[in-house]
Amino acid sequence: MRLFGKYLLILFKSQMQYRTSFWLLTFGQFFIPFSVFAGLYMLFDRFGQIQGWEFFEVALVFGVIHMAFAVSECLARGFDMFSTLIVNGDFDRLLVRPRSTVLQVLGSKFEFTRFGRLLQSLIVLIWALSKVEADWTLMKGVTLLFMIASGVMIFTGIFIVIATMCFWTVQGLEIGNILTDGGREMAQYPLNIYHKWITRFFTYVIPFGCVNYLPLQYILGRTEGSGVPYMLAPLAGCLFIVPCLLLWNFGVRRYRSTGS
Amino acid sequence: MITVSGISKSFKVARRSSGFGSAFKSLFRREYTEVAALSDVTFSIGPGEIVGYIGPNGAGKSTTIKVMSGILVPDGGTCSIMGYTPWLDRVQYVRNIGVVFGQRSQLWWDVPVIDSFELLRDIYDVTEKEYRSNLELLTDTLDLGDLLRTPVRQLSLGQRMRCEIAASLLHGPGILFLDEPTIGLDAVSKIAVRKFISAINKEKGVTVILTTHDMSDIEALAQRILLIGKGKLLYDGDLAAMRAKYGAAEGGETGGGSAIEEALVNMYKEYEIS
Repeated sequence: MRLFGKYLLILFKSQMQYRTSFWLLTFGQFFIPFSVFAGLYMLFDRFGQIQGWEFFEVALVFGVIHMAFAVSECLARGFDMFSTLIVNGDFDRLLVRPRSTVLQVLGSKFEFTRFGRLLQSLIVLIWALSKVEADWTLMKGVTLLFMIASGVMIFTGIFIVIATMCFWTVQGLEIGNILTDGGREMAQYPLNIYHKWITRFFTYVIPFGCVNYLPLQYILGRTEGSGVPYMLAPLAGCLFIVPCLLLWNFGVRRYRSTGS
Repeated sequence: MITVSGISKSFKVARRSSGFGSAFKSLFRREYTEVAALSDVTFSIGPGEIVGYIGPNGAGKSTTIKVMSGILVPDGGTCSIMGYTPWLDRVQYVRNIGVVFGQRSQLWWDVPVIDSFELLRDIYDVTEKEYRSNLELLTDTLDLGDLLRTPVRQLSLGQRMRCEIAASLLHGPGILFLDEPTIGLDAVSKIAVRKFISAINKEKGVTVILTTHDMSDIEALAQRILLIGKGKLLYDGDLAAMRAKYGAAEGGETGGGSAIEEALVNMYKEYEIS
């Protein structure tokens, strides 16, 4: 963990070599999700509500998901850009260093410019929190943090899985974006507005449902009976990363035995 | 110290003929040919040796280095280096080796060299005391003083290579793998690098395995050479014997190269690998 901090420091120093580019990208990253959010606002302005969801409730989900996405894009950028590491052979270099490959890939890149996106989602989140009708308790606050943390785990997991594919195809797969960007676009709304099969896919396969829809029910006080399972749903989301890491290790073994 | 026995490794290479039709077909079904990169390579290297590992392009030099440094797992054979099997105990094993890939940098491009060194210190978990003394020795012998504060991207290739070699020795490894360390360097840098390799070998007893195409590197450094061609180990012996055997054999034709290079060409001819 301390070593990861050191990795970040050196990457930050590198980034600071290109200050203008840093600020422009950060600025841009602030406004990309902003336009999406503006679209959301206008949608609700026109229709009032969707499937019983009020604007600020959806804004809360939006904030959580975008925040999780921004954090994981910062953190797991190394996995997102992993194909370059393979193509220019730098992965060999990682293998001759006495640390786990996961740590080293995470430390190979960190996208500081995503702070713009992070800031934007934070503003939306705070705004939504101040307007949404809920009786706040400590447990609900904790649940909210769980939601974000678990979202980060899921996005990171997806990044890892996509990166693992590079061991077979070398080139990064655009199909991966369906899961990350697509997942983000889907999950920024409460899941029950979609078809059943989409809801199922995003609950049981990629457990976005565990980070927004289910715990949101608890935060808004709409659960019947005990709220505990709803509260703990984000933890289930965290488990998503476990098979992703196993797959990664399998991929590394394959790389080392084929050298492709 | 290093025992490699019967290592073999083959790669699958996708094969297709030219033309759009076959390019399209290969999207769905590929034909592979097995290419033996290494077949039954056996040798052993004692502590403190400097071994030159030579052979034409594509002979399997890099593959051998990759197997020995734990990057690749061979198809067959065993390899024991300082008691470790490189590909099984990767994390423990690589603490004891330093690897320099001449064509690839291990330094962080945009920051001063010293920042990279400090991160490497943390990656390898080197104690502050050991790091200080290693750094001091390396700075003196490689003449790095002014370079340490310079960002890597502003260094010349020769300066960078000196820093690369220093970077791979910060954790005080017992074995140093150098994959074409003098590629693209000017005469001054080449000689500086050679001198240093020989010094580190004498003073710290570091075992050096060196691949290169520059025979004068070999001449200046290695007492022993390993020749590999088409994946097979063809010659293992000392440099003087090789020169005696192949150097004068066909003294008639001089292509303008130095004696040692000629000896090598003659050797390639004899083994039909050129």
